Amino acid sequence: MLIVDRVDKSYRKGGFFSRERQQVLKNISFHYEQGECLGIIGESGCGKSTLGRLLLGIEKPESGSILLKGKKAGGNRAGSGSISAVFQDYTSSINPYFTVEQAIMESLGIGRDRSSRRDNHAKVDRLLKHVGLDPHCRTKYPHELSGGQIQRVCIARAVATEAPCILLDEAISSLDSSVQMQVLELLKRLKEIDKLGYIFITHDIQAAAFICDRIMIMRNGQIEEIVSTTQLMDVQSPYAKKMLQMVIS
Amino acid sequence: MSLLQVSDLRIWDGITGNVFVPNSSFELKPGSCLAIVGESGSGKSLTCRAIMKLNKRTIRQSGDILLKGIRLDQLSEKEIGRRRGKQLYLILQNGMRAFDPTSAIGIHLRETLVHHYGWSRSEIVDKMKQAMLMVRLKDPVEIMNKYPHQLSGGMLQRIMIALAIVLEPDIIIADEPTSALDTVSKYEVMEQFVRLRENMGCSMIFVSHDLGIVRKLADEVLVMRNGSIVERGDASVLFSEAEHEYTRFLVSSHTALNEHFKRVTGGPVYVNR
Repeated sequence: MLIVDRVDKSYRKGGFFSRERQQVLKNISFHYEQGECLGIIGESGCGKSTLGRLLLGIEKPESGSILLKGKKAGGNRAGSGSISAVFQDYTSSINPYFTVEQAIMESLGIGRDRSSRRDNHAKVDRLLKHVGLDPHCRTKYPHELSGGQIQRVCIARAVATEAPCILLDEAISSLDSSVQMQVLELLKRLKEIDKLGYIFITHDIQAAAFICDRIMIMRNGQIEEIVSTTQLMDVQSPYAKKMLQMVIS
Repeated sequence: MSLLQVSDLRIWDGITGNVFVPNSSFELKPGSCLAIVGESGSGKSLTCRAIMKLNKRTIRQSGDILLKGIRLDQLSEKEIGRRRGKQLYLILQNGMRAFDPTSAIGIHLRETLVHHYGWSRSEIVDKMKQAMLMVRLKDPVEIMNKYPHQLSGGMLQRIMIALAIVLEPDIIIADEPTSALDTVSKYEVMEQFVRLRENMGCSMIFVSHDLGIVRKLADEVLVMRNGSIVERGDASVLFSEAEHEYTRFLVSSHTALNEHFKRVTGGPVYVNR
């Protein structure tokens, strides 16, 4: 479904007129099949999030191509049938002047259509129940909800676009560990019910192992190794081995 | 004889009257590590900052806080200022924000050490160099000439630990020191905390919601929920025989992830204490 081929990306280092560039991604190539869950793990600063932004089409690669169902990512208007996203910082990911209902309606893309209002009402109800929230939440504002609840709203919003794939960029990292578990369970359930696929960017190997089918380990902007989760113990590269040993359980 | 004794601590909002922590008492024995666990908003950080009297002015507190027989809550701002850092050392979650972004690391360290000990420049560089090598920071002098934004979060947290080694405080209060770090730096920082306890035998209050880390480091655990302490006990006992429903819930959500990971990687690859 998603084919990434020899992608490079660099950013300007220092000031605006600086010629020096820092290479963030080097020669990244991988395939992503519909419905699978791919984990991208690595240290901070290894280019995970940059890769995520490229996949979403927010930024463009310098060389190489990212093909989504045969079309260039981010080529057409964002939205229809591509990848939706959930980000780490839940305090800033929902417009503070929007209620939960408005936030979800916005991504349904039919918020202004009066004729289908009743449909939408039912749809929002269903989505909220789907992610384990009380439908009464719909009139609340983001600041009235807890972190876990907001992340659930963000997931509902991402599911509402009916995109086949959701990119989660450190979506659970700023939640408490007990809430993390609840969100992970939710994601796992959605994956089974809706046949959703995820690209799960995180530095938490344990969480990635919990939910992903395949895991891609990144280091300094390059792919170190891609393994399926069931063969995680057989990682080849020394860096990946070292990383697995550093998990504090 | 306990090193720090907190009794009937009550924290509330002076404007709205909302009570955050109704009534909590606990003590810290010399040389031991007390962990406070709980979800966000359970009053862990407020309790820590109340001990150091660092809460905002609108947040009021009452109750006795005794450090080596001295009533901290009755000290004036000037007197407690002298004790912060030297006797009570706070390590915060976000290393980036703990340092002054407009000056190099070395200047910040020097200011702190001159304030408490009045050492000369060369003395400070000498002592910091040794301490930084102890926490596995290579090239200490170069690091001291850098600005906080040029260093990674894990390095900054280790500099904080190095400063603690030099200051030799009575109590280190660590408020979620590893929550903002990735797996590799988390491991490195935790390693230093374990060594800090082994080498210096200092007392510590360790706040975290990560039970894996707490198990590695703590002797005693307080479980907080909605401002009250719902359970307390020995770290080893609490994980296997939790009495309160909430503690069991926390432990179960931790083990679920853990078990799965162990199953996938085929047995314990981690280093246990």
